[in-house]
Amino acid sequence: MSVVNKVRINARTITDKEFFYGHKACAGCGGSLAVRHILKVLGERTFTVLPAGCMSAVGFNFPQLCFDSNAIISTFAGTASMMSGIAAGARALGLKDYHVVGIAGDGGTADIGLQALSGAIDRREKVIYICYDNEAYMNTGIQKSGLTPFGARTTTTPAGENIKGTVTTKKNMFEIVAAHGIDYAATASVGYIQDFINKIQKASEVDGTSYIHVYAPCPTGWGTETDVTIDLAKEVVDTGLWVLAEYEQGEFRLNRNPKSFAPVENYVRRQGRFKHLEDEDIAAIVHARDAKWEQIRNSWKLK
Amino acid sequence: MGQRAFLCGNEAVAEGVRLSAPHVIAAYPITPQTVVVERLAEMVEDGSVKAEFMHVESEHSALSASMGASAVGARTFSSTSSQGLVYMAECLHYASGGRFPIVMMNANRSLALPWSIYGDHRDSMSLLDCGWIQVYTEDAQESLDMVLQAYAIAEHPEVLTPVMINLDGFVLTHTYELVDIPDWEQAREFLPPYETVNKLDFDAPKNMAFSSNPGNNLEFKLRQHRGMLRAKELIAETDGRFQSIFGRSYGGLTEAYRCDDAELIVVSVGSVTGTCRTVADELRNEGWKVGVLKIRFMRPFPEEEIIAALRNVKAVAVLDKDISFGYEGTVFTNVNSALSKAGAEILKLNFIGGLGGRDISKDHIREMYRRLQDGLDGIAQENVQYLGLGVAIDERG
Ligand SMILES: Cc1ncc(C[n+]2csc(CCOP(=O)(O)OP(=O)(O)O)c2C)c(N)n1
Ligand code: SF4
Ligand SMILES: [Mg+2]
Repeated sequence: MSVVNKVRINARTITDKEFFYGHKACAGCGGSLAVRHILKVLGERTFTVLPAGCMSAVGFNFPQLCFDSNAIISTFAGTASMMSGIAAGARALGLKDYHVVGIAGDGGTADIGLQALSGAIDRREKVIYICYDNEAYMNTGIQKSGLTPFGARTTTTPAGENIKGTVTTKKNMFEIVAAHGIDYAATASVGYIQDFINKIQKASEVDGTSYIHVYAPCPTGWGTETDVTIDLAKEVVDTGLWVLAEYEQGEFRLNRNPKSFAPVENYVRRQGRFKHLEDEDIAAIVHARDAKWEQIRNSWKLK
Repeated sequence: MGQRAFLCGNEAVAEGVRLSAPHVIAAYPITPQTVVVERLAEMVEDGSVKAEFMHVESEHSALSASMGASAVGARTFSSTSSQGLVYMAECLHYASGGRFPIVMMNANRSLALPWSIYGDHRDSMSLLDCGWIQVYTEDAQESLDMVLQAYAIAEHPEVLTPVMINLDGFVLTHTYELVDIPDWEQAREFLPPYETVNKLDFDAPKNMAFSSNPGNNLEFKLRQHRGMLRAKELIAETDGRFQSIFGRSYGGLTEAYRCDDAELIVVSVGSVTGTCRTVADELRNEGWKVGVLKIRFMRPFPEEEIIAALRNVKAVAVLDKDISFGYEGTVFTNVNSALSKAGAEILKLNFIGGLGGRDISKDHIREMYRRLQDGLDGIAQENVQYLGLGVAIDERG
C-alpha cells in the first residue's frame, strides 16, 4: 500500500521534521543530503534499509542512533533482499500505508548487491531502491567500484607512470535496471534537488518496484572542497556527464536536454581524483559523452 | 486428533511448517532439500498455508529476506543444505546477532570439493559457532514435531535465537514413514502467535542491526550467549509441554539408550542412531554392557547431560560424520572437552565415517564397540579412526 501524497513537495511544503541527524558524515557529504531528503519526502511511516557503507557507518553507532524513523542495516549484499523481506512481512501482517526504502552506495548497488536487486525487481516487490552514487567504495577508504568513472584515481586504481587511475567506465545501472522492465526508474542529482524530490515522490506512488540513482559527491573521496558539493552535482549534469532521465512503461524519457554542454574541463580540473588526467584523457571523456548523447537523442523521448 | 500419513522427512517438515502458521517463507532450492520448498509452494497455492512465499534468487537473499520479515515481527521459515548453508554464512551470524527467531531446516549434505549431493554433517558442524541453536532429528515424526518446538524455543523472549533443524540428507529427507500430523487447534494451543518488542514498529520506531564499539560489543555478545544458554533449560520444558498436548516426547538435549549400567557407549548424532540402538540390542543379547547416547542438540551443548551419562562408564566412542581438518571430528572435540572438564579418566575414541553419504553399517558400529573393548584390554588404539576406509590411498602421493 502506498501513501499517496496529495500535496506536491517542494521547498515550501517539505516537512521541517528531520529523520536523519546527529550523524558523523563529513562536511559537504552528498550522500547524507540524499538520505535526509529521501526520508523527509517519504515521511515517518517508512522502513529504511541501509547496507554496510558510509551512510550506515555514520548513522548507526550505538548508542548514537541517528534515524528518527524505523531503520535497519542490512548485510552489504543484502539491501534489496532485506527490503523484500520487510515488504513481505508487512504485507503478511496486514500493515497499511507505509514505504519500504533501501538506500545503498554505488558499490553496494552495482557490485555486491546487484544480484539481490535484480531478484527484487524480478519479484516486483513494492519497494523503492535508491542508489547514492559517490563513485567508489568510500567507507573502506576510496577503492574502485563498478561505478567509478574512467580516469578517477582511487586507492586501488592509483595513478602512476603506467596506469592513469581507473581504466574502465561506469556500469550503466539505470539501463541495467530498466532492462528488467522495472515499473519506475530514474536518475537524479543532489544538485537538482527539486527534480530529485519529485522523483522520490513519484516512486512512492508507484505500484511496484522503483529505482532512483542519485549522484552524490563525496569531498573526502574526490579531493574537492566541502562547499562545492552542490556546484559539482549541478555541473556534472550541465556538462552532460550525468543524465537526468526516467524510465516508465518501457520508455526512456530525458528530463533535461541542454542545447550546449558546460565545459568538462572545469568539472574535471577541480577534483583531486582527476588531477593526473591529460588533455587527451579529457578528450576521451568528452568523446564518450557525445556518443552516449547521440544514442539518447536518437532513441529516448525528449521531455 | 490429527491424521496419519505416509511422509518423507522433507514432507514432514513442510507439515510442521504449515502447522506453525508462518507469515513468510523464503528459500532457495538445493538437493536434497527441494521437496520442502515444493510442498510449501503447493500449500501456499492451495491456501492451506497463508504465507508470503518469496522466490528469492539465492540463499544469501533467502536469509536476508527472512531477517527483514522477522524484523517487522513476522514468523519466518527457510530451508537449505550444504553449499547453500555455507553461502548463507554471513547471514547466519547476522540473524543470531540480530536476535531474529527464524526457523530453518538444513538437509545435511557433504560440501564440495569433491562435489557430493549425499549426506554428512560437515555443512552444519562447520557452522557450529554461528549462534544458531542446532538440533539433529532422527526420523520424520521428530522432524515435524521439532518445527513446532523450534518456534516455541526460538521466539521465547529470553531466548530470541534462530534454530536450525538438521535432517540427514536422503537417509531422512527422502525416507517415508507413517507420521502423525497434529491437529491445527492443538498446534495453536501449543504455539501462540509471535509477539516481540524486537521489531521495527511505527508506534515505537527503532534503529536495528546497528554498530557497536569496543566498549559495548562484549555486552551484546554476552546477552546473545545467555539467550542460547537459556534455551538449554527451555528445551526440556518445551518438550514437556509438547507431550502434555500431543502425547509424544523426545526428552531434552540428549537421549540415552540402555546407558544406565553400560560400560561401553557410542555417542551418535542424527539418523544413524537407529542403527546404533539395533547393534546395542544385539550386543546386549550377547552379554555386552553397551549403550547409545544420542546428542540431539549440538548448540546449546549438553555438557551436563553428557557428563552425567558418561563419567562413570569405562569407554566412549564418538561417531562423527565430519572432520575438522587438521584436528579430529567436531562432535568428539566437544564431548571430550565436557568429559575432561569433569575429570572423567575414561577411554575416548573418535570414529569418523559416513562422509559423502557412505553407509555406516551395523558391522561398523559393532567394530566401534569392539575397538573400545580392545582398548580396555590393553591393545593400543589410534585416537581417531576411520570407518570403512575403502579405496586405498597411495601414501606416496
Ligand atoms: C560482505 C562484505 N564485504 C565487504 C565489506 C566491506 N565494506 C563495507 S562498506 C564497503 C564499501 C561501501 O561502498 P559503497 O557501497 O559505494 O558505499 P559508500 O561507503 O561509498 O557510501 C565495503 C567494501 C562488508 N561490510 N561486507
Ligand atoms: S567519505 Fe564521502 S560519502 Fe562518506 S561520509 Fe564522508 S563525504 Fe560522505
Ligand atoms: Mg560509494
